[in-house]
Amino acid sequence: MDWFLQQLINGLALGAIYALIALGYTMVYGVLRFINFAHSDVLMLGAYSAYFLAPAVEKVAPLPSVTGAVIVVLLSAIICAGIGMLIEFLAYRPLRSRPKLTVLITAIGVSLFIEYTCQHKAVFGADTKPFPRLLGESDLHLGGLVIGSNDLLVLGVTVLLLAGLWFIVQRTKIGTAMRAVSFNQQAAALMGININRIISFTFGLGSALAAIAGILYAIKAPGIDPLMGVQPGLRAFVAAVLGGIGNLPGAALGGLLLGLLETFAGGTPGLSNYRDGIAFAILILILLFKPAGLLGKATVEKV
Amino acid sequence: MQKRQFFVLGAIGLLVSGLTGCNKSGGDTILIGEFASLTGKEATFGISSHEGTILAVKEINAAGGVLGKQLELKTEDDQSKAGEPANVVNKLISKDGVVAILGEVASSRSLEAAPICQQNGVPMISPASTNPKVTETGDHIFRVCFIDPFQGTVMANFATKTLNAKKVAVFTDVKSDYSKGLAKFFKEGIAKAGGQVVAELDFNGGDKDFKAQLTAIKTAGPDAVFIPAYYTDVALICIQAKQLGISIPFLGGDGWESPTLIEIGKDAVEGHYFSTHYSADAGTPNVQNFVDSYKKEYQGKVPDAMAALGYDSAMFLADAIKRANSTEPGKIREALAATKEFEGVTGKMAINAQRDAVKSAVILQVKGGKFTFVETVNP
Repeated sequence: MDWFLQQLINGLALGAIYALIALGYTMVYGVLRFINFAHSDVLMLGAYSAYFLAPAVEKVAPLPSVTGAVIVVLLSAIICAGIGMLIEFLAYRPLRSRPKLTVLITAIGVSLFIEYTCQHKAVFGADTKPFPRLLGESDLHLGGLVIGSNDLLVLGVTVLLLAGLWFIVQRTKIGTAMRAVSFNQQAAALMGININRIISFTFGLGSALAAIAGILYAIKAPGIDPLMGVQPGLRAFVAAVLGGIGNLPGAALGGLLLGLLETFAGGTPGLSNYRDGIAFAILILILLFKPAGLLGKATVEKV
Repeated sequence: MQKRQFFVLGAIGLLVSGLTGCNKSGGDTILIGEFASLTGKEATFGISSHEGTILAVKEINAAGGVLGKQLELKTEDDQSKAGEPANVVNKLISKDGVVAILGEVASSRSLEAAPICQQNGVPMISPASTNPKVTETGDHIFRVCFIDPFQGTVMANFATKTLNAKKVAVFTDVKSDYSKGLAKFFKEGIAKAGGQVVAELDFNGGDKDFKAQLTAIKTAGPDAVFIPAYYTDVALICIQAKQLGISIPFLGGDGWESPTLIEIGKDAVEGHYFSTHYSADAGTPNVQNFVDSYKKEYQGKVPDAMAALGYDSAMFLADAIKRANSTEPGKIREALAATKEFEGVTGKMAINAQRDAVKSAVILQVKGGKFTFVETVNP
């Protein structure tokens, strides 16, 4: 029983991270109808921003502390929002009228470009670096069960950001514009919406989310390297598809499910070797029977 | 502009290849190849062994070289990546024409390069690949370190006798030949010593979340956990194990030995044990000289086992070339195979029929943020 409950906690904590990353994927897809594969690398850049900012912030606010951590996270999110907008401006905007496939391939190119540039000695170097401690940690012990404060933090931040995103998309003027752009770019432009600004904003927001996710991921596993985004990025992408891509609550649900699946497979002796295989096999099964994802609505793609 | 740059680069390339090509047919230097993980996941190992190798070559050349010629080391970086060793080793052999090859630390990458060296008849000396399969590739492949059956048995005996652990768990990196090999021999050693393996779990090198498997290990209730893996993964495993309240000793092999283990793992790696090739505070004059000159060369850095093995691999090769009295790869191979006693900084060793070094191991413990010597184990 302890085994089961502890794995449930582990799975939810892991899933919350995937959910957080998946939010960024799914939001950009919702507006632009293409997968920004560089999202997982912006996540890595977020963690590195925090790595380099932490010593500077420490001079103003002590670390580990809540104030210090919030400053580091906010600054990193702003930096990454800028990077995200820059990527969109340089790599995706010139291709906006081209077929979606061209943009998709460019996104993969951008992702590889960032990964391999950052592995160079003159940039970050390829070795694993110790991530500074931003927050104090304490573990909650319930009988034999352990709930880490980091796990609760990730869960809380994911819920908060999900609610915030939902509010922005559904209740604000810019959110309405985002939805209009996603519905029909030409028509939205005719209605006086500045398409470039809306898309820039979406990328900025998505990249800020990636930065926050990256820092939380690094807090959980305090060793960072330029390829750290690849594995969670892939999982989060799968989670977004699982939940119904373009759907915000779907991304969160997909992330949690994937985290739980992976944890239960990984925690069973004899199966831990097939951890990824099992998680992805179930994904394929779900998509076979529910192609639009769990919370997605089946629509006809206009190609 | 661009065209001209290409032209200049091309011209330089031709010149360089022409020059190094000359070395093949004699000249006044002996060209040795080295491939190492100078960047990438296992970069601290690669850089350490590379630094040791450079130091050895420098000392040999300062003392007059080998057979009256200076040694010239040509190093290629394989970026800790699968697929890359084959490329760089092919280049070292066919383009540069090296007489022998030193490398690699990681078993998976040595296994990739070994068949190429074997086919080309160029002797290869691995400084630190402990997987037995490496030298099984062929009669041109050697190593200056002990092998995993020995390392696995040493840790199994240490667990059962010194730590008095009757029940152990094994946590293996299924992506690594080193990890799988070491796990296998540890389990055999435990069975022989009358212990019991109560849980076997796997992970993929580079994973960041290990709590699922660690929870299963905790449930099985072992007295010690064996984690034959590399330091970056081990540090995260120890941190998450500590969070889950697992407070039994963890054991590992030489893949643990890197300052990064302590930098990332901090107090979570405290008290755990691993086996390795040598200890800088062993105190013999041979080791002391090496530690002093290494410190002088590299701004006071204390050499780790990989640096010592890199140093030994180059010294071992130079010794063989001297005894062969020739730079012909075939004759060097004969001399390497005939080594009965070689005094390296990592201890006295002999090359056995499988071309493995027979030598002792040491066990270190993480104590007060440092690796401290526990005991020496002889084969």
